Amino acid sequence: MMLSDFPLWPEQASTVAGPTDTLFIFLCILTGGVSLLTFLVIFYLAVRYRRTPENQLAQDIEPPKALEITWIVVPAIIFVGIFLWGSWLYFHIARVPDNALDIYATGKQWMWKFQHAGGQREINTLHVPVNRPVRITLASEDVIHSLFLPAFRVKMDVLPNRYRSMWFQATKTGHFHIFCAEYCGTLHSGMIGWVDVMEPSAYESWLAGGAEGSLASQGEQLFQKYACSTCHTNDATGRGPVLLGVYGSSVMLSDDSIVKADDNYIRESILNPRAKVVKGFQPIMPTFQGQVNEEDLLKLLAYVKSLNAPNKPPIEPKSAAGMQSNAGAPTNPGAMTTTSSTATSATTTSKGQPR
Amino acid sequence: MSTSQTLYDVRFVEPARTRNYLNEDYGFFSWVLTRDHKRIAILYLFSVSIMFVIGGFFAMMMRLELLTPEGDLLTSDTYNKFFTLHGVVMVFFFLIPVIPAVLGNFLLPIMLGAKDLAFPRINLLSWYLYVIAAIIGLVVIISGGVDTGWTFYTPFSTQYSNTHVFGTTFAAFIAGFSSILTGLNFIVTVHRMRAPGLTWYRLPLFVWSMYATAIVQLLATPVLAITLVMLMFERTLGVGFFDPALGGDPVLYQHMFWFYSHPAVYIMILPAMGVASEVVAAFTRKKIFGYKFVAFSSLGIAFLGFLVWAHHLFVAGISVYSAMIFAFLSFAVAVPSAIKVFNWTATLYKASVSWQTPMLYIMGFIGLFTIGGVTGLFLASLGLDIHVTDTYFVVAHFHYVMVGGTVMAYLAGIHYWWPKITGRMYPEWWARLAALLVFVGFNLTFFPQFVLGYLGMPRRYHAYAPEFQVLNVLSTAGASVLALGYALPIVYLVWSLKFGRPAGVNPWGAVGLEWTTSSPPPKENFHHTPVVTWEAYDYPALLEAMGETQNV
Amino acid sequence: MSDVTYTGQTPVPPVPEVEEHPHHPFLQHHFEDLGQQHEASTLGMWCFLTTEILFFGGIMLAYWIYRLAYPDAWSVASTLQNTTLGATNTIVLIMSSLTMALAVREAQLGRRLGIVAMLFLTLIFGSCFLGIKMYEYHAHWQEGLFPGSAWHWNENPELAPKIQLFMTFYWGMTGLHALHMIIGAGLLLWFMWRAWKDQFGPEYYGPVEIMGLYWHFVDIVWIFLFPFLYLIHGHKH
Repeated sequence: MMLSDFPLWPEQASTVAGPTDTLFIFLCILTGGVSLLTFLVIFYLAVRYRRTPENQLAQDIEPPKALEITWIVVPAIIFVGIFLWGSWLYFHIARVPDNALDIYATGKQWMWKFQHAGGQREINTLHVPVNRPVRITLASEDVIHSLFLPAFRVKMDVLPNRYRSMWFQATKTGHFHIFCAEYCGTLHSGMIGWVDVMEPSAYESWLAGGAEGSLASQGEQLFQKYACSTCHTNDATGRGPVLLGVYGSSVMLSDDSIVKADDNYIRESILNPRAKVVKGFQPIMPTFQGQVNEEDLLKLLAYVKSLNAPNKPPIEPKSAAGMQSNAGAPTNPGAMTTTSSTATSATTTSKGQPR
Repeated sequence: MSTSQTLYDVRFVEPARTRNYLNEDYGFFSWVLTRDHKRIAILYLFSVSIMFVIGGFFAMMMRLELLTPEGDLLTSDTYNKFFTLHGVVMVFFFLIPVIPAVLGNFLLPIMLGAKDLAFPRINLLSWYLYVIAAIIGLVVIISGGVDTGWTFYTPFSTQYSNTHVFGTTFAAFIAGFSSILTGLNFIVTVHRMRAPGLTWYRLPLFVWSMYATAIVQLLATPVLAITLVMLMFERTLGVGFFDPALGGDPVLYQHMFWFYSHPAVYIMILPAMGVASEVVAAFTRKKIFGYKFVAFSSLGIAFLGFLVWAHHLFVAGISVYSAMIFAFLSFAVAVPSAIKVFNWTATLYKASVSWQTPMLYIMGFIGLFTIGGVTGLFLASLGLDIHVTDTYFVVAHFHYVMVGGTVMAYLAGIHYWWPKITGRMYPEWWARLAALLVFVGFNLTFFPQFVLGYLGMPRRYHAYAPEFQVLNVLSTAGASVLALGYALPIVYLVWSLKFGRPAGVNPWGAVGLEWTTSSPPPKENFHHTPVVTWEAYDYPALLEAMGETQNV
Repeated sequence: MSDVTYTGQTPVPPVPEVEEHPHHPFLQHHFEDLGQQHEASTLGMWCFLTTEILFFGGIMLAYWIYRLAYPDAWSVASTLQNTTLGATNTIVLIMSSLTMALAVREAQLGRRLGIVAMLFLTLIFGSCFLGIKMYEYHAHWQEGLFPGSAWHWNENPELAPKIQLFMTFYWGMTGLHALHMIIGAGLLLWFMWRAWKDQFGPEYYGPVEIMGLYWHFVDIVWIFLFPFLYLIHGHKH
């Protein structure tokens, strides 16, 4: 009872929590041991060689070089070891599993808005299934925020000018804190919420609450509304590139360079279309900067992603088709996590209202 | 036996009624227009002490607010302003100038056997710039404060905050120039003003560390200056260099800010290491173990310190590969720090260790700096940093380095050189009590914050989850002890100006040029330019002197 | 046996202060001789210029990062600059550096009127530069190329935001440079007055030399700014 009121250790609720804690404990023991040893040596020497009437002056010691070299080289080797361990963990946390469930998060002063693939929306609460990798694509409407889930040992800054993504796989059900970890103004400490980790069946029934159509279908409506479809047709006759299967693929640009059509590429192509024009097309697309807000952008992104399942209507992207060969490896040095995993596999259709 | 004790302890004599820098002249203008580095040091001592009290007030209010999970003492906006002002005041107006501008200003020329710094007028100018900056800062505080955090991250600082961002950054900009001019003065002085015979390897380690500090001040501060200019430009125009609406990148601001502000922590800690070397040598009466290693580790830290800035950005938006490079370099910068700790420890071996106050502070310094240093390893470990960055773990880490390190060393230095600066001894018993209070209070304040951080309490939180309360109460309790520990020296040091025992030329039996001139020193430090014929920390010569005196 | 205080060194016999030559009026009390004073001042100026390099280096770095990110906007924006005026200004500034160097030479030779004349010419060239710059600023203001609420240039809506970003750099970088020029002009006036009072000569020309270092530095900054801001459109990436 008391312990739950006064915890000294954070709950472990994700697959990376264990490895993170192991490294932490190892470092505590190692550095704590070395520090304690140093303190004891200092204390012992300071007492043993304290100044007394007989001990007024020190004895001059010529420092042995070997000793100096030892305490340079040994710590250096240990540091390299810690560095490798920490980097291994970092890569592990950065690498998104292929079958991750996609959720979209928008930070704004001072709330977290989450959108599920099925179109369900929630604020400051996030429902996720247990034992299933979840990837959150992050955007900010104003300043820099940081989505911090301490029980999962993950955190990612949310930037106003590009997408970031993070992932976790919850290992137990329950309520866990959501914090904003990057100072964002007056109610920074109020920009908090809860992750609700549920059994898959409970999650299904929660999802069945549904919304006004899946995220991708809402994106499709926007695609029509902004008249994107007049140029981006489904055959090669349009003035713009065909978008079927473009997400996650490699695109050749007008200057013959090749880029990967990831989240940030799609975003840039909407907001700043002439930055990276696909080879063979004219730079005629107008910018949508200032016309499409962050939430709608995420819907459009979900729609473009859904086009990778060519035989299915975008509304029910059940298949995880179009697996990319390079999935998993962090190939894009510009973002912390790759966006190489492809078509989302939202688990359900969505009808009805959120719980 | 007792005779030898009186011989080597202190010979207390009434200070000679000769002229010294304090009684040379008494007028107001003889102080505010002085070009004497020692008087400018005293001016700085006053100014940074005032700023320390102001910064401490904000800290105390924050700790009181955090007694309870709810935000009940202060409003959110007030709390946000208080932590911002605490950071701004403590970093730009206390930690950066404190040791270089007070102790460095006073001691560097004396340790070099020079009459003054190379550019006395520029030295005075740098104090005036500091004061102007501090006044702007105070005007900002009085007229409503600023709430961006001391890091001024864009776009919050440029587009969203409606507080006095311009005034605050302008104050930091001006304070930066003060810091640059101090560094410039020190570099030229060390190069051009050394006494005859004072070769580089005969320099006290304090001079080495001040030199390394000055290089960092000179090379890093202008980058902060231009970054703040760009920020002010953007804030004034409403659009600018880091504005996402124009295609600007807020992360670029963070790179530029930390390119200064990470080296700046070395501006804060390197002088402390120099003080530690001086005090350890004096209170063990021994040459610092591995003199050259300690000397060059200062330069090593100064150099590597420039290459690690992006370790503040591991979750902020840099690639995994650049994160790895910066993590590796961050581990590399830990090596020279470890060298120093091990060498200080080894110096105690077969030494004559005195447990007087400055040494107590320095033993505390070594311990707390070590904890601050090793917790830096946690933060440099990439995968672990994801969890602990932006939490109280970071808060505890840098307070262990900056307060447990720099402030402890500053207090050690002030006590060690107080007899030289004022000609009076401080009361030893009270000083030891204060050292104990500071040590206990500090650990009680900041150790719980490591636990809080790992539990996941984010920093800069006005209200927090209830399960964090017990540790926060502990921390606040420690802060009250710490405040008492800091208040005591202010009282008894002022008391000692009038009532302290007069200190002789060399109350500690220490070596170094500053202990060969009278206390307080005359206006031009020495009556004749000294000629240096001995190595640094030449305590064997002291042994020799003892032999001679015993023959007397 | 009691009254010995250890002072840390073997006693050094007091060095008698020998006045080999009378003190130069500008030798400051804490220096041994003019040579040490000159070396210290020169090193001080170099240190200061190092900070200046880092100061301009910071904004140039940011400029380059965006230049690599938005090459098209940068290219278009540089065509909005008046290259003729920029080139003229470059020549004017190089001429001023020449006269500044000649002023140092005159100071070394101790020719009072020569120093004044050369400093005056430097001031004239510097003022020309600032005048032309003001004309350019005025033109840009009229064209609506000042970032923020005064911005109304919209010939290329696609690139306009990035061009505004470029122009922010333009105003920021040239503005800081012009500020350095104005400070330099003030220093020139002061130095002309000092030269007129015959304070410089073969023994004591250090301040003029240091003034020259500063002036050349400001010149060199422009040598970088001119291609960065005016000429890059020729480069197709």
